[in-house]
Amino acid sequence: MKFQTLDETSPAFWGLVVLHALLVALGLGAAFYMEEHGHIVTGMNNQVVWGLPHVFAVFLIVSASGALNVASVSSVFNRLAYKPYARLSGILALALLAGGLAVLVLDLGRPERLVVAMLKHNFKSIFAWNIYLYTGFMAIVAAYLFAMMDRRASQNAALGTSIGWLAFVWRLVLTTGTGSIFGFLIARELYDAAIMAPLFIAASFLYGLAFTVLVLIMMSGETRAELMTEEMVGKFRGLLAIFALATLFLTIVQHVTRLYASAHVEAELFILRDGGVYTLVFWGGQILLGALLPLGLLAARGFDGGRRGLTLISTLFLVGGIAQMYVIIVGGQAYPLKIFPGYEASSSFADGAIARYVPSLPEALLGISGISIAMLLTAAALRLLPFLPHAQTEKA
Amino acid sequence: MSERADIMAAPDRRALLRSAVGLATTTIAPGVTLYAFGVAEAQAGEGKASAKQRWGLLIDIAKCPPGCDICVTACSEENGWKSTGHPETDAQWIRKVTLRDPRTATKREAPVMCQHCASPPCVDVCPTGASFKRADGIVLVDKHICIGCRYCMMACPYKARSFVHEEHEDQKTNAPRGKGVVESCTFCVTRIDAGRIPACVEACAAKAGAAMAFGDLNDPDSQVSKALAAGASARIRADLGLDPGVRYRNL
Repeated sequence: MKFQTLDETSPAFWGLVVLHALLVALGLGAAFYMEEHGHIVTGMNNQVVWGLPHVFAVFLIVSASGALNVASVSSVFNRLAYKPYARLSGILALALLAGGLAVLVLDLGRPERLVVAMLKHNFKSIFAWNIYLYTGFMAIVAAYLFAMMDRRASQNAALGTSIGWLAFVWRLVLTTGTGSIFGFLIARELYDAAIMAPLFIAASFLYGLAFTVLVLIMMSGETRAELMTEEMVGKFRGLLAIFALATLFLTIVQHVTRLYASAHVEAELFILRDGGVYTLVFWGGQILLGALLPLGLLAARGFDGGRRGLTLISTLFLVGGIAQMYVIIVGGQAYPLKIFPGYEASSSFADGAIARYVPSLPEALLGISGISIAMLLTAAALRLLPFLPHAQTEKA
Repeated sequence: MSERADIMAAPDRRALLRSAVGLATTTIAPGVTLYAFGVAEAQAGEGKASAKQRWGLLIDIAKCPPGCDICVTACSEENGWKSTGHPETDAQWIRKVTLRDPRTATKREAPVMCQHCASPPCVDVCPTGASFKRADGIVLVDKHICIGCRYCMMACPYKARSFVHEEHEDQKTNAPRGKGVVESCTFCVTRIDAGRIPACVEACAAKAGAAMAFGDLNDPDSQVSKALAAGASARIRADLGLDPGVRYRNL
C-alpha cells in the first residue's frame, strides 16, 4: 500500500489556505478582544453562559473522535478496504480536536490560567476527566499514527491492532465524557439525561465521517486522482446513512421520552414548538437540512451518486451537526430553570423568562476559527508527511 | 601577602554568605510559609471554619413584603456589586423572585441567593477545584484558580452565580471581584469570621420585617435552629437532594 504527500497543489488550495489563515487570525484577534474587554463584548450573559464558541468547540471535539472511525474500521475490525484512509483519519482526528480545544480554551474567562487547569484537578468534575481524555487521545492517536507510518512499527501487525483497539475504546470513552458534560447537569431539564452520551457517540460517527469524506474529495481534486474507488464511495455513502439514522433515532428517543413525563412536557415543547429560533434551528437545521434532506439524497436514485453529490450530502450533515449543537447547548440554557416548580417566577435576573442570546461577531469569529485551525493543521500535515493514499483509480 | 589577603577575605566571604542567606530568607521564606500555611488554610477554610458548625439561613416569606429589597441593597453595598446598566450581564448575588400561583393569581416574593448546599453541584463540576465548600458549609469561589469556564453556572439549580463580564472599579476590600471569573453570595464570609452576621440578615432585621434568621444549624440554641424548630420550612428544589443551607417558610 502506497501513500503520498501533497506535493502539487492548485491555486484553489492556496486560496483556501489563505482564507483559513485569515479566519484563524480573525479568531485569535477576537479572542484577544474578548480577553481585553471581558465577555461583555459577546452575546453571552448570566443566563446563557455558553454560546457560539462552545457550539463550535463541542462540534469539533465530537467530530474529532468520529474522524478516527475509518482508522478503527481498518485496524480494529480489520477491513482492508479502509486501510488507505486510516492515516488521514488519524491526522484529521488530531487536527479537529486541536481546533475544538483551542476555541474552548480561548473562550475561558481567564485563558491565561490554562496552566492552573493542568495542575489542579477536581476528580469529581467531568471537565477534569475530559482534560485527561483529550490529552490522552492526542497521545494515543499520535502513537497510532506512528505505528501505521513508521517503517518498522508498521510491520508489526499486533502493535497496530492493539493501539487501534486502545484508540477505539478511548474515543468511545472520550465522546461519552463529552456527552456527559451535559448529561450530568441535574439542574437543567433539557440536559439531565443519560442518552446524551450515546447520542453524542452516534453524532460523532456521522460528523467525523462527513469531515473525512469532504477532505478526501477535496484532496482527490488536488492530487488529480481519485483517492476513493467507486466501491469506497458506495461504502462511505452507506456508512453515512447508517450513522445519520442512528443519530436521528437517538434524537427521537431523546425528545419523545421527555414528552412522556408531564413535568418535562413544557420544556420539550419549547424545543419542538414554542422556542422561536431554537424550534426553527431544530426542525429546519438539525432535522430537515441536517438529516432528512441528506438522507433523502442518499436514497434518491436520480441524484448524483458520485463525489459531487457526496460533497453536498456531507456538508449538509455538518450543517445539521452545528444546528444540533446549537439546539442542545444554547436551547438548553435559554429555557428557564424551574427553581419554584408550580409557580410562575419573575425577577430582575430573568427568572422564569426565556433567556435572550444574540451571538456577537467576535464570538462567531472565534467559533469559526476552530474549523479553520483544524483545516490548516490538516493541510500542513498532508504537505509534510505521507498521510494520503495513492490514487485508487486514475481519473479518466 | 596572599595569606593576609585570604585572612582578610575570609570574613568578607562569610559576611556575603550570611547576607545572601538573609536575603533569601526574607524574600523566599514568607512565600514558602504563605504557601505552606496561608494558601492551604485559606482554600480549605481551616483557619477559622470548623466542621462543627454549619451556617444556615431561614427566610420567612410571610414577613418579606412585596417590593422590599433591603436585603438586596445591603448585599450590594457590602460586597460592591451593582448595576452597570447591562442587566443581562450584571452580577446579582441575591435577588427577589416574584412567585405567582397560576390558579389563584396570588403573589409572593422570595429572596434567592447561593443556597450553600451540603452537596453543591457547582463544586462537583468545577475542573480546578476553584468552587469549594468550607468546613463550615459555606460555598465559595477561589478567585485565584477559577479559569472562568462557567461550568458551575451551568450546574447550579438556583442560578445563584454570576460571571464578571467586565472590569469593575471601586471594589470592596472584603469582596474583590475579578473580570473573567465567577462569583456568588459568600454568606458574607468575612463578617462571619469576625463573629458578625451576613449583611442581608442584619439589614432585614434592622430596617424590614426581620424575615431572616441566621446561625449555626448544628447548634440547637442558635437563632436559625430555634426558628426552624418553631414550625415547618422547605428547601427549594428539595427533590435534587442537595441539602441546601438556606430554608424557606410559608413558601
